[in-house]
Amino acid sequence: MFENLNYLQLQQYWWIVISLLGGLFAFMMFVQGGQMILGKVSKNDEVLKTMLVNSLGRKWELGFTTLVLFGGALFAAFPLFYSTSFGGAYWVWMSILFCFIIQAVSYEYRKKPNNFLGQKVYELFLYINGSLGVFLLGVAIATFFSGSQFYVDEHNFSMWENSLRGLEALANPFNVLLGISLVFLVRILGAMYFINNIDNDTIRQRSVKSIKVDMIVFLVFFLNFLYFLFTKSGFSYNEKGYVFIEKYKYINNFLEMPIVGVIFVLGIVLVIISVFNTVERKKTSCIKIAGVGTVLTVMALFINVGFNNTSYYPSITDLQSSLTIQNSSGSQYTLTVMSYVSLLVPFVLAYITYAWYQMDKVKITKEEITAKDAHNY
Amino acid sequence: MDATLVDYSRAQFALTAIYHFLFVPLTLGLSFIIAIMETIYVKTNKQKYKKMTKFWMGLFAINFAIGVATGIIMEFEFGTNWANYSWFVGDIFGAPLAIEGILAFFMESTFFAVMFFGWDKVSKGFHLLSTWLVAIGSNLSALWILIANGWMQYPVGMKFNIDTVRNEMSNFLDVALSPVAVSKFLHTVGSGYVIAALFVVGISAWYLLKGKNIAFAKSSMLIAATFGLIVSIFLSISGDESAHQVALKQPVKLAAMEGLYEGKTQAGIVAFGILNKKKSVDNDEETYLFDFEIPYALSMLGYHDSFAYVPGLKDLVYGNEKYNIESAENKIKKGKIALDAFKEYKNFKEQNKLQEADNSKFLFETYKDYFGYGYLDNAKDILPPIGLTFYSFHIMVSFGMWFILLFIVILFLLLKKDILKQRFWLYASLYSIPLGYIAAEAGWIVAEVGRQPWAIQDLMPVGVAATNISSTNVQITFWLFAFLFTALLIAEIKIMTKQIKIGPNGGH
Repeated sequence: MFENLNYLQLQQYWWIVISLLGGLFAFMMFVQGGQMILGKVSKNDEVLKTMLVNSLGRKWELGFTTLVLFGGALFAAFPLFYSTSFGGAYWVWMSILFCFIIQAVSYEYRKKPNNFLGQKVYELFLYINGSLGVFLLGVAIATFFSGSQFYVDEHNFSMWENSLRGLEALANPFNVLLGISLVFLVRILGAMYFINNIDNDTIRQRSVKSIKVDMIVFLVFFLNFLYFLFTKSGFSYNEKGYVFIEKYKYINNFLEMPIVGVIFVLGIVLVIISVFNTVERKKTSCIKIAGVGTVLTVMALFINVGFNNTSYYPSITDLQSSLTIQNSSGSQYTLTVMSYVSLLVPFVLAYITYAWYQMDKVKITKEEITAKDAHNY
Repeated sequence: MDATLVDYSRAQFALTAIYHFLFVPLTLGLSFIIAIMETIYVKTNKQKYKKMTKFWMGLFAINFAIGVATGIIMEFEFGTNWANYSWFVGDIFGAPLAIEGILAFFMESTFFAVMFFGWDKVSKGFHLLSTWLVAIGSNLSALWILIANGWMQYPVGMKFNIDTVRNEMSNFLDVALSPVAVSKFLHTVGSGYVIAALFVVGISAWYLLKGKNIAFAKSSMLIAATFGLIVSIFLSISGDESAHQVALKQPVKLAAMEGLYEGKTQAGIVAFGILNKKKSVDNDEETYLFDFEIPYALSMLGYHDSFAYVPGLKDLVYGNEKYNIESAENKIKKGKIALDAFKEYKNFKEQNKLQEADNSKFLFETYKDYFGYGYLDNAKDILPPIGLTFYSFHIMVSFGMWFILLFIVILFLLLKKDILKQRFWLYASLYSIPLGYIAAEAGWIVAEVGRQPWAIQDLMPVGVAATNISSTNVQITFWLFAFLFTALLIAEIKIMTKQIKIGPNGGH
């Protein structure tokens, strides 16, 4: 089956897979969003806070796993990106990693007796992971459009041309806009998740209130990001792989790939409808539609930057070192083998959905959390 | 490349791996022990087995979190600290990592939530299935990462592409079913099972010493000791196969494991010995200050033939014509020819001199198997740290023997029903918990230190594999990781000991 695809088609297939994983990861970051608004929603009521933490704690690993898979898939499918970005933007990625290590232990250790650092420290860890971790991820992803300072030598070994090793991306307002947009998007998703997963009126009301504010901030930053994205020049390449600057590249990509453009618009519309239904029509299950919207929006952005002869990881110090899905991918054989493995993804999604459905059939209640033999976070 | 950078990059990866390997082996084994306990509960419907399952599951969860946290660091450190390596082998190494993510991690993380929070939400059968799937998922995860590691020890199933300057996979099954990878997987997960068995036996022994939770402790001990005995015997068999693979694929490592400088037939194994620090491949000093040798055993272990010739470190550095062993010096010369040919090929291609480029490519192809040696300067660079490898190997084997004895004695005492009076063996069980970890870490040192200077055996030395970055950056992150991991380890130990003191009747 996959043997019949040519090299470029396989590269495109794998970029779509990466885009899907990126979208799923963005959605799964509702956990990080929820972590950020723990204090706001619980207002230091310990029982409410425990309900919120437990609600998130039963899902945190899926987000973590999606991040690992996203990294693993990039390593296998686009190893030159893996070595260039992770080795080059060293401090950005290291900071992201630190944010994620402290999350992993916080749920399990927070409430345990004799936990060495104290409950408040673990809650601070969750906040740092939620805010800083997500913001930095947004900044790192924005460099797909804004470019980074590196070149690739004759061994295909990459050299970073800025001693700040990725932190310089923080000085670019364009990158910061996406970082902040992502932070507020996941806060909205986190609040929607609480509304759907927890049976408690106080939590619902406070979550709705949180969504109202966060949606306004999100729209301000995201629309600004889109304005800059659609008016900026982009990084194109021709059939010989020669990279050059093209005006209005990213808006042109949506116009030249209308299906991707429609997916993008549809994704945004779904998020907006979900917010409207949650706030105005008091619906409780809008996380599902918002999740689909988030996945579609992020996927479309990734496809925009990877397809239509676009360099998805541009070098602004040596344009010809820019990475494209064609010059940075794994070999045809590896992509073929990996494509067969990717056929398992629907099965994985099916059992995740089934297990998730089984667990969430009964919403979290105060009674469950305060039960004597409950395994609580 | 800056030696400080390479040293710190290695230290950082070693630090992460050592911490990771403190938590993961317990996870691998304890998940199966818990699954066995829950199966007994579902079969018998006796509440004491449910309580037992829940108690050990609680300790499993505390341990699991840091294992996951350190695991993600390792995956990304391939990119952050070993960027050149990740391009050079990403085409092969990335695939098992991605498969690990799809097949194993999701299984583990999905059913982990059901296992802990699904007791009253899903059916008994589905809950039991979830517990088994967590165990299978965590072990599948180990399988794929060890396949990747096995490839680094014995690179197969690939060809070098001079145009992309990397190794590209040519046969996935050769990579996945490599004998080194298979034996490495079996031996490593086996060590995890033994650690978990020691953990359960040791903590149960502590309860018996304190006179607390006696029935609970005896039942837990019986299950864990039975499991431990079976897997520790299996571990010795898989260890034998591992050593055989090392002898065939990494003879320098085998010689370092035994401190064997002069090759010989009918080589014996040093059961106990102290290395002479003055000994090197360049002098005739005595190898050991003291040693006790088991005759024929090394030839037997390495080649399954008690009369086989086992090459020593001198043979491997300086060569041995009689046994057709090529010197490292010669390999380095050939490697440099390959490197020069590669550079010429690139230059000629840039200048569009296609005929000359073809000639250079032909020369490169002739010597490409020695490409990695071209980066070395001195024949003795092929030697790993001998002392560390030697002592680590002997610690691992000695402790392995001790564990078999311990499990046999504990089972015997349990079945005779007088274990409460045997305080020596109860203390021995308790103090054997750290020995399990030491043995596993020692085994990891043998595997990873023993193959130095290679990041990928014979293909890429660690000096070339590291990211091009100033060493200060890596030094800072090294200390940050050291601080953070240590703080988390302290937290884990304190929480774990508290939960053990609370015991199975205290709940969470």
